[in-house]
Amino acid sequence: MTSATSRPAPGESPSPRPGPRPKPAPPSGAPVRVTGAQSLVRSLEAVGCEVVFGIPGGTILPAYDPLLDSTKVRHVLVRHEQGAGHAATGYAQATGKVGVCMATSGPGATNLVTPLADANMDSVPVVAITGQQTRGLIGTDAFQEADICGITMPITKHNFLVTDPAEIPRAIAEAFHLASTGRPGPVLVDIPKDVLQEMTSFSWPPELRLPGYRPTTRPHGKQVREAAKLIAAAKRPVLYVGGGVIKAEASAELLRLAEETKIPVVTTLMARGAFPDSHPQHLGMPGMHGTVAAVAAMQKSDLLVALGARFDDRVTGQLSTFAPDAQVVHADIDPAEISKNRRADVPIVGDCKEIITELIDAVRTEKENSKRTVDLAPWWEQLDALRGTFPLGYDWPEDGTLSPQYVIERIGALTPADTLFTAGVGQHQMWAAQFIKYESPRTWINSGGLGTMGYAVPAAMGAKAGVPDVQVWAIDGDGCFQMTNQELATCAIEGIPIKVAVINNGNLGMVRQWQTLFYGERYSNTDLGTHKHRIPDFVLLAEALGCAGLRAESKEEVDAVIQQAMEINDRPVVIDFVVGKDAQVWPMVAAGTGNSEIMAARGIRPLFDEDE
Amino acid sequence: MTRHTLSVLVEDKPGVLARVAGLFSRRGFNIESLAVGRTEHPEISRMTIVVSVDELPLEQVTKQLNKLVNVIKIVELEPAASVQRQLLLVKVRADATVRSQVLETVQLFRAKVVDVSPEAVTVEATGTSEKLDALLRMLEPYGLREIVQSGMVAIGRGARSITATAVR
Repeated sequence: MTSATSRPAPGESPSPRPGPRPKPAPPSGAPVRVTGAQSLVRSLEAVGCEVVFGIPGGTILPAYDPLLDSTKVRHVLVRHEQGAGHAATGYAQATGKVGVCMATSGPGATNLVTPLADANMDSVPVVAITGQQTRGLIGTDAFQEADICGITMPITKHNFLVTDPAEIPRAIAEAFHLASTGRPGPVLVDIPKDVLQEMTSFSWPPELRLPGYRPTTRPHGKQVREAAKLIAAAKRPVLYVGGGVIKAEASAELLRLAEETKIPVVTTLMARGAFPDSHPQHLGMPGMHGTVAAVAAMQKSDLLVALGARFDDRVTGQLSTFAPDAQVVHADIDPAEISKNRRADVPIVGDCKEIITELIDAVRTEKENSKRTVDLAPWWEQLDALRGTFPLGYDWPEDGTLSPQYVIERIGALTPADTLFTAGVGQHQMWAAQFIKYESPRTWINSGGLGTMGYAVPAAMGAKAGVPDVQVWAIDGDGCFQMTNQELATCAIEGIPIKVAVINNGNLGMVRQWQTLFYGERYSNTDLGTHKHRIPDFVLLAEALGCAGLRAESKEEVDAVIQQAMEINDRPVVIDFVVGKDAQVWPMVAAGTGNSEIMAARGIRPLFDEDE
Repeated sequence: MTRHTLSVLVEDKPGVLARVAGLFSRRGFNIESLAVGRTEHPEISRMTIVVSVDELPLEQVTKQLNKLVNVIKIVELEPAASVQRQLLLVKVRADATVRSQVLETVQLFRAKVVDVSPEAVTVEATGTSEKLDALLRMLEPYGLREIVQSGMVAIGRGARSITATAVR
């Protein structure tokens, strides 16, 4: 199934798609006779799809034939379907466009389950196209048959089984529409092999038939005015910013709202970059590993203005003790998120960009009419004191090993301002969220909701394919890296020169941290042996996968190796940062406890110890 | 917890029932009764779902249902403002010695006998679930050999139609 592809010579940037030119597309609207597979590829071209991440196999084979001729759609041949799915997610989050992945039936399709669940949790617009067994064989337990529509029903926004080739253009158009509008999410289109082979007619654009799908984007004026009243009167307000602000492209509006109202801002793990970290009103990330100031601001707040956020348990901690004195304005495009976890006093359903725009005017009007301004200075005094006393920080390991936080901080400091970062899941992810400063949206991509280990490398691949001129760094852990590093072969061959920083502490670090804190330092099955045995040797592994392999083991080497990595642009780079295993992520709100019990470091509880 | 009757208009497409049923189960809601059938519009089916749930979780499940792409409209039908009916078929042991007593009970409930054999009669009854429960209690002493019931169907009282505004 693989074509004879050779690795591009250093310095030569491989063109996306050489090969024979296809016939020009027909004028829009005029139906032409094509196979179902051709109809699929033409639909993908017509809908604006630029890149597909996938692997061919038995039932999707017919689609790969016309794909070979497409000049508009680049196909990136991945090494595992999970990589295709995460790459589609990375692409989507880097570009704001729909990410597309393709797989065959059965195991190909089931390998997409994790990335689809991931995209569903993080509301990422992804379309997955899967082959399916021939119509007559469906339901007979045929070779490589899996009921992928049934399997992915709870983890997709919607899915389709296409049983008539004439329906392919509509299915693709509807899938892209559903994935990218309202609250974005993954949509799967399952197409039986014989539907791809049959002759049909293709015309574009098809008519969408989605009578039950009417997302609300325009906010209700009365609700906006109610919210403005609360905002104008609040003494301790907080703008609680979630990933929805990035999806709605509402960062500029958020900045205006924040600066006009002087309200402190916190950005969740999914919203890092939605508001500049350098801005004095930014208190950082809230939640389990958030800053003391961000967590405290929410706990002491009298008004939370939630914008595209969903009161996730990792943000709220114990729900019953979360922000006890706060009224809640909750703005989200998904009505089901409002009052799901925390009751909203003022619900606003709509697109965040429109909501924030209207809020700015409404707050201004409200302040003019009420002729009284609330002085936020006492509130800021409190928060500045906390911020000053408990800044983010870390101690160097006592055993003299390299500090992982330092490594990540230096990567953030040495790379260009527009650098895009992805991360896996665990300690390195939290440190990357804490110690890299994000100034603009779509520069931080991670697996927030599902917490998918192994996300960083394939997501970086997808992101780099979407924004090739931007430096893309995957901050990964040694555990995560061993789950999906085979996609580095894809990156090397397809000319996608990402940079991977493996924060190698030889352990499943976050699990080990919990074993240290909550399981009496009994380290059950968290030592991966990457230190003890150097298995695998990440430098050799990188070389074997067609990448440059570098290593740093001491503080002195860190800057040099980062500089060296930035100078290599003809192939991917992997840096093995050998760091200490005892570094921990702080601050921390222990699972199941209230946010007021946040610990700035082990044993230090700034809010709990205070006189309240 | 209180009992709520939801009328759900859905697109008549494969898998819709699985989507709705799956949503209830994964969000932890128990369906008491469910009935699906065609409507006056060929492309729309109507589900009547009875759930026992408190007000707030009900709001959440309704919103989640609304998010299903194939769901067109959801209306909660209040018992006082709607007609709610269930169908019951029951085989009652009724030999010659008790048959007339069984038939008397059937009459009292305005049910009817749809099959008869020397040992048993099959009774058909429609009504609210309370009425059908009462009928079963009265018939139980004779011996209930087999029971089958449909899900509840319900329609609002008055001239208004919930499907009229759903179709564009």
